[in-house]
Amino acid sequence: MEKVYTRMGDGSLVELSEGDLRRDLEEGTGDAAERGEIPALSKDELAYLFDIYSIPYRFVSVEMGNEVILSYDAATLKIRRVGVLTHRVQSLQIYEKLLGADTVEFDHVDYSFKPVKPIISYEQADVEQALLMTTIPVFYGAMPNLGSYTQPDGPCINPMELLPQGKIAEARVAQEEMIEHAVKDMVYVASAMYESGVDGINFDTTGAAGDADFLATLRAVEILKKKYPQMGIEVGMAGEFVLGMHGELTYDGVRLAGLYPHKQVELAMKAGATIFGPAVNTKTDKSCPWNVARAVTFAKACGENSPIPVHANMGMGVGGTPVIDQPPVDAVSRASKAMVEIARLDGL
Amino acid sequence: MANAHCIASGMGGMRTAGDLVGRMEMSRGMKLKEAKEYVANKLKVSVLDLVDPVVMNELRDDLDIGMVSTSLFPGSAKAIEAKFRIAELLDIEINCVNRFRDKIVGH
Repeated sequence: MEKVYTRMGDGSLVELSEGDLRRDLEEGTGDAAERGEIPALSKDELAYLFDIYSIPYRFVSVEMGNEVILSYDAATLKIRRVGVLTHRVQSLQIYEKLLGADTVEFDHVDYSFKPVKPIISYEQADVEQALLMTTIPVFYGAMPNLGSYTQPDGPCINPMELLPQGKIAEARVAQEEMIEHAVKDMVYVASAMYESGVDGINFDTTGAAGDADFLATLRAVEILKKKYPQMGIEVGMAGEFVLGMHGELTYDGVRLAGLYPHKQVELAMKAGATIFGPAVNTKTDKSCPWNVARAVTFAKACGENSPIPVHANMGMGVGGTPVIDQPPVDAVSRASKAMVEIARLDGL
Repeated sequence: MANAHCIASGMGGMRTAGDLVGRMEMSRGMKLKEAKEYVANKLKVSVLDLVDPVVMNELRDDLDIGMVSTSLFPGSAKAIEAKFRIAELLDIEINCVNRFRDKIVGH
């Protein structure tokens, strides 16, 4: 029996037998199907995934004609992260001219809405210049990051300190206060950026602090869409499952805790999002084939349930991409091809 | 990683018509198939032509909607200039174009 070289979720190289590969693909899709109560991948889809992982090439790609839109997040932050010392406007030009980006995102290195508020005029001035010097669509992006509203950095008592003390009611009240502060800040910053001319706003890692984080974002999106009906809004999630840190929060009568991507997108669309980005976290102790089969299963159900474009998050640690700062191209290209050609999404 | 995704699956941005299709997804919430067909119709090319850099390089020059290698095409529309032309070509509102127009012409 042939051996297949692939990766684990942490990026390490591993050798699988063909039988192991088939088993991992079946178990990955089965895990998603069971958790999300969604269809598993079909035999043909699993066979296609098997082919993607069993061919020996270092790099694979979609077939011609299947290309999708790549909406990159945190462009200016990522150029800075690797120590290339350009101004943020030049970072956008690098993505536009050298990295083949279809859309790009301007952002602050402290990548949350709250820290941008006190320096908003500096952000606006840079964004306005960036828009004069770029051709492709430009988002302004940041994270809702509800955790930044807790003491000592913010005004609210930290619910994560209240919960272990059994103070459930008090923890819920704290999260409800955090929501109010976060919505105000997100609407303020997003409005300023849109007045400065950006094409859209990206809410990145939505739901990272659980259901309160998701609700704050939905409320902010709703307010912004009413205020600016033409605004492009992307809601990108933090994970495939909304954690019930509060447990009783609802939007439009739907409880947020426990939602998977095919249900998350319904609410994002109701609030006014124009693009939805599901995120499926990579498990480091499972193989990349397992992770990709799982991620594609969730993303496919999401895409089939969405009349708005779906752009799966495929950065480090999501969408089947390994959890490592420099993911190997053999793993990234396979995850990319699988997500596009099996989940049939509108972008990544 | 950005490179890997772009080469594996991406339309290619300004190398092709990726930015134009991206605008239709963002601004009108069009799904990919609809967005590609809309842009292909406006550009009077096939959907497959949209991702061909040879076809699109020549077309972007003819339509003057922004090129990658600007130094090879002096005088071609760049950045905000190109966006004015893209807005008209695709019959869409581009926020920064409207803002620029307001600044020049006045409220």
